[in-house]
Amino acid sequence: MADLAVNICGIDSPNPFWLASAPPTNTGDQVARAFDAGWGGAVWKTIGEPIENTWSRYSSVDLDGHRMMGLNNIELITDRPLETNLAEIEAVKSRYPDNALIVSLMVESTREAWQRIVRQAEDAGADGVELNFGCPHGMSERGMGSAIGQVPEYCRDIVGYAKEVATKPVFVKLTPNIADIVQPARAAKAGGADAISLINTINSITGIDLDTFAPRPTVAGQSSHGGYCGPAVKPIALHMVSAIARDADAGTVPISGIGGIATWREAAEFILLGATTVQVCTAVMHWGYRIVEGMIDGLSGYLDAKGMASVNELRGRSVDRLQKWENLDLNYVIKAHIDQEACIGCGLCYIACNDGAHQAIGAERHGDRTRVWIKEDACVGCNLCSLVCPVHNCITMEEQETDHESLTWVDYSAGKGTLEPRPKHGVTITAE
Amino acid sequence: MTTVVKPSLTPRPRLTPSAAFAEAHRCLMCWDAPCIRACPTAIDIPGFIKRIAYQDDRGAARVILEANLLGDSCAHVCPTSVLCEGACVLNDVDGRPVPIGRLQAYATSPVVQGGVQLFTPAPATGKKVALVGGGPAGLACAAELTLRGHEAVVFDAAAEAGGLNTRGVADYKQPRSAALTEIAWLQDLGVAIRHNTVVGEDVTFTELLDGFDALFFGAGLGAIPVLGIPGETLPGVEDALQLIEAVKSGATPSDAFAGKRVIVLGGGNTAIDAARLAVRLGAARTVVVYRRGPDEMPAYHHEVAEARREGVAFSFWSAPHSVVGDGKVEAMRCRRTEPGAPGADGRPAVVTSDEPPFDVAAAVVLRATGQATRQSLLAELPDVATDGRGRVIVDDEQRTSQPGIWAGGDCVNGGKEVVNAVAEGMAAARSIDEELRR
Repeated sequence: MADLAVNICGIDSPNPFWLASAPPTNTGDQVARAFDAGWGGAVWKTIGEPIENTWSRYSSVDLDGHRMMGLNNIELITDRPLETNLAEIEAVKSRYPDNALIVSLMVESTREAWQRIVRQAEDAGADGVELNFGCPHGMSERGMGSAIGQVPEYCRDIVGYAKEVATKPVFVKLTPNIADIVQPARAAKAGGADAISLINTINSITGIDLDTFAPRPTVAGQSSHGGYCGPAVKPIALHMVSAIARDADAGTVPISGIGGIATWREAAEFILLGATTVQVCTAVMHWGYRIVEGMIDGLSGYLDAKGMASVNELRGRSVDRLQKWENLDLNYVIKAHIDQEACIGCGLCYIACNDGAHQAIGAERHGDRTRVWIKEDACVGCNLCSLVCPVHNCITMEEQETDHESLTWVDYSAGKGTLEPRPKHGVTITAE
Repeated sequence: MTTVVKPSLTPRPRLTPSAAFAEAHRCLMCWDAPCIRACPTAIDIPGFIKRIAYQDDRGAARVILEANLLGDSCAHVCPTSVLCEGACVLNDVDGRPVPIGRLQAYATSPVVQGGVQLFTPAPATGKKVALVGGGPAGLACAAELTLRGHEAVVFDAAAEAGGLNTRGVADYKQPRSAALTEIAWLQDLGVAIRHNTVVGEDVTFTELLDGFDALFFGAGLGAIPVLGIPGETLPGVEDALQLIEAVKSGATPSDAFAGKRVIVLGGGNTAIDAARLAVRLGAARTVVVYRRGPDEMPAYHHEVAEARREGVAFSFWSAPHSVVGDGKVEAMRCRRTEPGAPGADGRPAVVTSDEPPFDVAAAVVLRATGQATRQSLLAELPDVATDGRGRVIVDDEQRTSQPGIWAGGDCVNGGKEVVNAVAEGMAAARSIDEELRR
């Protein structure tokens, strides 16, 4: 069995699976049960000055009958007394010395407030703190959360306040509600951050009750924008993690990846793009702590199959596979191939290609079935047919023999190399 | 040893919204969908299913009913496993097609059974069409004509219209009350029905042809003829369709066959319906006697399989010889048969063996050996041509050989499904409408 233990900025964790700062880490009882279930670490739900919550707090987006593809919340930081949280943090840490316990913090933007809460968290036994510069709702109206994460200078300064007193690692949790995620990441590093956590939630409105016209989650007929998370946000999170990992400056800071992770597969993807640990929230809000068992088994089995002794061997392996578009090979030719034995004749590839892509698939009735075929000379290898096909491995994209060397846009636009012949275009329409 | 299952007495319940939503999302929305091609009324099945998925249930009902105004009945009585669901491409994925029939019922029932009217007839044309027979073909034709602005008047000999929908469909598929509610919905749409009106007696064809701009003949088929074998008049020998009708109307009690041995003669879907009904009426043993083998049975394989699951036994290659009994049925005397040379229809001829006859004990014998055509009624329409089996000959628009007369349903197709009758009725309506607007 591959070794899943990791160390992020000096903090040991038995595995890379952490709970994100969120409702699943609201209480000591919850965190203790999570550790019992197998979670390697947890980031305690953000503590700070007392707040009050609305009652109605969550709303979601379903897709084709699958529940909670995306989850939205307008819940604020903890609404429990600071002393209660600190006492429970101390109790949990003493009972689970081998698990990583980070405490998320959010207070007003003064040196005194930040330094006081950092000391309190460390005194309670936290292995580190995570500065919450990410929440995009509620607290941001009060100048906290994403209001900090959206201004790199604030990020740098507040990290600096924390680092002046911190004796344990300082994580900075970034908001994705910004044009270029690299800027606050660099600022966090400049302020002395030991690790970066991302992404926090994305500004969102999940939907509207079509009977009452009230957006969701509805609070007495009104709503407010919330923060979006869950499977729907994973691609955005992966992109932002990769952007930081690829940055020569911010890329040296360890990353705790967050956003739509529900199984070992998403965890592996974040690790391949540079994350050392991953944080999970929505999937636990949906399925409970028990999902970590499958994550541990799945990642171990995957590493074994890849011949890797440690999860550390996996980290960052895909970072260099991301390039600027101009460096991609224009002479890499693939074409769709349909396994006629596996085909069930639904015709979705045909309609998708014909209406939605490049008119490179033919279809006709063949007895009482629909038969489809690839028009080799028109196929641009776009992948769409293989994406819509409901049968596993029925449509595969096959690499083609080519006559010319690989050629990037950079070289081609400089007049170098020879392009492979391009596919012919579809039907030409005339005015008549 | 197969396990005998307890037969269900009631139709399948309506899908719950959650189940309908989940099943609707399984539909792949095929291009040139094979399910549509397999539906005699060519309902846009992916279209209505996706409307359910997108939570537009009324839109789904509209799509169904526009193509098939008896879509609520068809949702319950169609042999979907050999039609739409049999063609579903998901059969090739995991053998679990989308439950199209149940989704259709999910959409149509609240509308049709709930008395919700989705359609507004076109402006009146002033044209009148008479429809002879208020079964599925006539009702569908009349309703479609009504929507197209014509005055449609259905003449039905019975006190309740609906034909086999009201009198012949097993209650565990669709109860009589649901068929009657559907008819009330069609009447609310504007279809006029003259009940208890026998064409040829209470009104003549001449009067109909003179008083209306077009005539649709959809009188279906007649009773099941007697076999002409000894003992057939003994009490206990019944016409299977009359039994089904009597049970549906309540005239025959639901425990009528308690403890009795029942024999059903025939190998078609009516025979299977009657056998499954006998089980539900408490029969101690039910045997279907058929003069050919299992492969030659006209009945649907899935219906035969269901009947077997419910405990129905089969005596193949057995021909009725006589009914034995003293004052009442005591046994069915049969002779062995064997396949001979293939006949004109491709099926082997039936050759009766020389072996001595054998008796199968029975208190009830149900005749399900095929309905007769309505020769006497058709004789009053001498210019309407029929084929060698007495079926009305029509073209691809359901026009008979006589201008101004269209036909559809069992009297044309010899006895098919409700959905075939509806398809023919609606096709005739389109043709009549075109003719009347010339």
